Amino acid sequence: MKNHVWRPLLVALAGVALLLTARAIIVPDDFGVNGESFTYNFYRAGSVDDWKGFKVKYRGKEYCRECHEEKVEENLASPHSVIQCENCHGPAVDHPENPELLPTESTRLLCLRCHATLPYPQSNRAEMPSVSPEEHNPDENCVECHNPHNPDLEAM
Amino acid sequence: MSCTRRDLIKNACKGAAVASLPLSALKMLSPAEVKASVGDDKTRWVFLVDIQKCVGCGFCVKACKNENEIPLNAPVTRTWVERYVVTKDGKSHIDTPKGGRDGYTDGKIHGEEINPDEITKAFFVPKLCNQCEKPACVQVCPVGATYQTRDGVVLVDQSWCIGCGYCIMACPYGVRFFHPEHHVADKCTFCYHRITKGMKTACVDACPFGARQVGNLKDHDDPVTQTIMNQRVGILKDEYGTKPQVYYIGLDERVR
Repeated sequence: MKNHVWRPLLVALAGVALLLTARAIIVPDDFGVNGESFTYNFYRAGSVDDWKGFKVKYRGKEYCRECHEEKVEENLASPHSVIQCENCHGPAVDHPENPELLPTESTRLLCLRCHATLPYPQSNRAEMPSVSPEEHNPDENCVECHNPHNPDLEAM
Repeated sequence: MSCTRRDLIKNACKGAAVASLPLSALKMLSPAEVKASVGDDKTRWVFLVDIQKCVGCGFCVKACKNENEIPLNAPVTRTWVERYVVTKDGKSHIDTPKGGRDGYTDGKIHGEEINPDEITKAFFVPKLCNQCEKPACVQVCPVGATYQTRDGVVLVDQSWCIGCGYCIMACPYGVRFFHPEHHVADKCTFCYHRITKGMKTACVDACPFGARQVGNLKDHDDPVTQTIMNQRVGILKDEYGTKPQVYYIGLDERVR
């Protein structure tokens, strides 16, 4: 064959080789169909482990109990036993090392999330013990009178 | 049968070419081997939301944002709570201020006070990724950066996503968004880092009322599976054919 056939053919072949080499370098080895279908399971397998290794921040009441047993016991005996400590105290992460102190939220707005009256009969909101924020001591912080660990008024 | 020298060389070349094929190219897998390579078929994560139980406190949204490092004040969230108030004139008043992150502490909807006597029904609807059996968002990804795990959760490979936004447009439920810091698509992972360690998702743990539950559909003793199998449950946007795996108790036709 003549040169004018070979030359462009070689250039094209070199291009393909370059693409394949670049692909081999850039695309990770574990990339491919990792499951039943190309449509839904075409991905880098290591990504699943990346997500599994994501940092857990909310540790749960049992973690709090390890040091604050008295507080947890008091809370568990109260109507607020259904609320996680970290809902108000913030995520523990690696407390007490990091953070050393948790940013406790004790604002009126936090309590009103559940206890502001809303006339919604088809949700359990209507069943909540509730107050009208404008009428019930509007300038006071709830925790001045109510103990958030045990809000039972009889127990105060 | 005669065999010329030419034929002999030809056949020898053919034979060498066949022999040089890698063995794996010809290997037949038994169905059992295929199943094993597909992996864990004992788990299918699903979610159950009880609309009646939700009081709209928004602790789930707050916990999700903290747990999954979604900037608290950015107008994006992996889960949110919608409020529906239906009045006697047949109108639906729907809002979700900041995704319900700070809860619902007053009766105003879009600045408008609604007369309690006019309300016929009102309720809160928590929403999150439906982890569809046939996820449209995964189908459209041009680079293979989003995928379905073997236990049914749709994840985004943050190191591989190019941020084109196709998946955000494709999701019929609007659960995907552009992460303002990582500059890639982001979505609810069912707290994959927690459920694979035997924990509950951050939103399930944060919910004081048991309105949210996560479970394994392939475990028939799982209370969530029991409810989905034995009770009346609904799903969102069935007509899209994505086979969503978040089930709702007490769903209303006004919820879209």
